[in-house]
Amino acid sequence: MAEHHGTGGHALQGPARGPGAAQALAVGHPQGAGHHAHSEVGVTGIDNRKLGMWLFLASECMFFGAFIVAYIAYQGKSLSGPTPEELLNIPLTSLSTFVLLMSSLAMVLAVQAAQQDRQADARKWLLATALLGLGFLSFQAYEYTHFIHAGLTLSVNLFGTTFYTLTGLHGLHVTIGVGWLLALFLRSLKVGLGRAQALSLELAGLYWHFVDVVWIVIFTLVYLMSVLG
Amino acid sequence: MAVLEQPRQVGLLRRPTSLTGFWSWVTTVDHKRIGILYFWTAFFFLLVGGIEALVMRLQLAHPDLELVTGDRFNELVTMHGTTMIFLAVMPLSSAFFNYMLPLLIGARDVAFPRLNALSYWLYLFGGILLNVSWLFGGAPNAGWFGYAPLTSSVYNLGRGIDFWIQGLQLLGVSSLISAINFIVTIFNMRAPGMSLMRMPVFVWNQLATSFLLLFSLPAVTVALIMLMFDRYFGANFFNAAKGGDAILWQHLFWVFGHPEVYIIILPAMGIVSEVLPTFSRKPLFGYSAVVFSTALIAFLAFGVWSHHMFTVGQGPVVNTVFALTTMTIAIPTGVKIFNWLATLWGGSIRFTTALLYSLGFLSMFTIGGLSGVMHSAAASNLQQHDTYFVVAHFHYVLIGGALFGLFAGIYYWFPKMFGRMLDERLGKWGFWVMLIGFNVTFFPFHFLGLLGMPRRIYTYPAELGLARWNLVSTIGAFILSVGILIFLVNVWKSLRYGEKAGPDPWDGRTLEWSIPSPPPVYNFRRIPYVHTRDPHWARKYPHLAQAEEPPPAATAADSEAEHGIHLPSPSYMPILLALAITVGAFGGVFRNVPLVALGVVGTIVSVYLWSVEGEGGIVVEPEGDA
Ligand code: HEM
Ligand SMILES: [Cu+2]
Repeated sequence: MAEHHGTGGHALQGPARGPGAAQALAVGHPQGAGHHAHSEVGVTGIDNRKLGMWLFLASECMFFGAFIVAYIAYQGKSLSGPTPEELLNIPLTSLSTFVLLMSSLAMVLAVQAAQQDRQADARKWLLATALLGLGFLSFQAYEYTHFIHAGLTLSVNLFGTTFYTLTGLHGLHVTIGVGWLLALFLRSLKVGLGRAQALSLELAGLYWHFVDVVWIVIFTLVYLMSVLG
Repeated sequence: MAVLEQPRQVGLLRRPTSLTGFWSWVTTVDHKRIGILYFWTAFFFLLVGGIEALVMRLQLAHPDLELVTGDRFNELVTMHGTTMIFLAVMPLSSAFFNYMLPLLIGARDVAFPRLNALSYWLYLFGGILLNVSWLFGGAPNAGWFGYAPLTSSVYNLGRGIDFWIQGLQLLGVSSLISAINFIVTIFNMRAPGMSLMRMPVFVWNQLATSFLLLFSLPAVTVALIMLMFDRYFGANFFNAAKGGDAILWQHLFWVFGHPEVYIIILPAMGIVSEVLPTFSRKPLFGYSAVVFSTALIAFLAFGVWSHHMFTVGQGPVVNTVFALTTMTIAIPTGVKIFNWLATLWGGSIRFTTALLYSLGFLSMFTIGGLSGVMHSAAASNLQQHDTYFVVAHFHYVLIGGALFGLFAGIYYWFPKMFGRMLDERLGKWGFWVMLIGFNVTFFPFHFLGLLGMPRRIYTYPAELGLARWNLVSTIGAFILSVGILIFLVNVWKSLRYGEKAGPDPWDGRTLEWSIPSPPPVYNFRRIPYVHTRDPHWARKYPHLAQAEEPPPAATAADSEAEHGIHLPSPSYMPILLALAITVGAFGGVFRNVPLVALGVVGTIVSVYLWSVEGEGGIVVEPEGDA
């Protein structure tokens, strides 16, 4: 790399100073700025990884949004049965929805415990979140087997096509989430799950809550509205 | 430069350490090197797409030729479009995004250096995957927008469409990751004092482009997933026999596809907004108007997609609404054009090659924009749609606009990236030959279109009277190729014998010109303090530039300059993860379950190792006295 240095820089660099308070006062950026390549908290005051996660989730809104629009566009357009009214089991799905909602509660408690450095609690709630997620997935597996027996496949009609892709891709997101949580759990056995790991946990939490919210939309649209409305 | 500290060993693989040689490129996470990789790869694919175009032009040079079959022609059209958009023009923009962004905002790297490398490898492998389709029984052949049901397994039996689906998904993931990375970098990593409204306009355009990608890519991702489910698992999204609707594809594709054209043009607009001020020796005219117009264009880009579907019968209300929104986009676009003209006005202009290409951009893009406004009148669109008139339009905006803008960028930033000047005389020759070749090739398309020549026909009978302009166009295509060849010779010659550039060959205005060419790994020995727009210019000519506020009083010495600069360490994980994903995609094309499983397992393992490994870090000692 030595050849890069022959020319020497111009004298542009600002007056020598630390990355900390002095300049921040002068320009009104509370956090200073990208002082080296992986500075965690940047100009906005939001951690890089967290900001990245928010952006990713914004993109995911469009992803699920497109599938939801397709579901609505094809609602009631199936040329043959089985229909949603014949199959959907609201009480059972309400239960699985409740399980998923509780997993979000557990997630909140896990993050809070980690932030307060209560490691054992954090681990306990983390595991509970993952298990509740698995519970939700079991409901979904049961539902799918039941529907397939009743004749609803991906290719039988438009309801099958849109129902399985929408709920299936949501299920895939939950599966990835469970994998992520379990990986964090395993890792925590080695490196702990306290204040130092709270951010990693929080990122998984953001994702988890998002997936949960998407389910609320799906539950309302696919289950409640098609049967009630 | 001495490396002072190496990372602690974590994870399974030894962290790579070398900063030179082949493996240092494979494992690099340095935004400058990644930019250079993007640059050469994109240029390679530009040539591939160009050769495909030349074959098509030869086939069309004369009526009733049989140089290639109709089937092969369909593959050529599809691969040409797909290659040029996704593998050549977008990545060429990405090359500058990668290389220039941290330099322009005074940072040491992007927010997520390893993700940045992952984006590159996914792009490379996606490009390879798309192109090996030629060897495995046929390339994609349903057009770059792959309309249903041309792509359905009933009408399209080969593997081409499967290659297209998997290849585009890889490229999509790559772009999505880049978009997130760049937005976080722009929001979080600006040098102290660089408020948003002090950012170079190129960075604003990069920000807008990244947001467009973030919100539009999911639409095509979803469309491709649906198509995959239809083809692989017998779903009915686009299957009319079961009530599916082919128009759903068109909506989803163009919800992505129209923002995509701004994803292509905004980077070029950003480059031109840097080049014009530099070579007019004036600040950009109406900075805030340009910034707000950029934002407005990005916003409106999501509300016009149905202008690609005026002829499918959506009814007068929908057509009118989309005609109006489309025409509205011409307003912020026009604002920008007048601001660029006003930037030139009264400047002390230096006619460098970079400036010539920018002027080429201005004039050619305006022609393309005008035919665009013609298309947007729904009634007139019925005549123009799917004729060569549309082909003329999008080549004027894509080549005359985007590519000329990118060439301006190459001539402007090549000295910074490679430390040597491109030859100006060859550069000007190349420019004029390209400009003439381009117009001879594409202006006749307007006539051909108005004469009724449809798009995507592989030949035409002599009686139609299309022969003359087709021949002219083919000749033009070869002139254009000569222009590109001159450019290649110039690059080859300048890399070897070019004049050494020095830090600031153009008397530039922005931060990249304040550091050596090429810059050291750590970019800035000390992170600069920014107290105005065009900070380098203000530093050089304080009497010309009004500093908006005095720099803060000197405080403690920058600890980094004394104790070494912290940089992320190279890593094997980006290329390994990209490989695993690609193996899965390749397995997907061949419906080979073990290969898909291998890809999935490989991906999971790589992601785990990636996160365990962490960013690492090396500490380097800056050299020289700055
Ligand atoms: C003033 C701005 C623009 C307007 C009003 C406009 C309008 C249009 C309209 C209405 C069409 C549809 C024509 C048809 O198929 O019947 C079209 C097609 C197209 N435009 Fe533009 N456009 C503008 C700028 C751009 C830019 C900046 C780009 C790219 C850099 C671009 C690229 C394309 C492409 C690729 C197509 C053809 C898509 C295809 O059918 O393959 N346009 N434009
Ligand atoms: Cu459009």
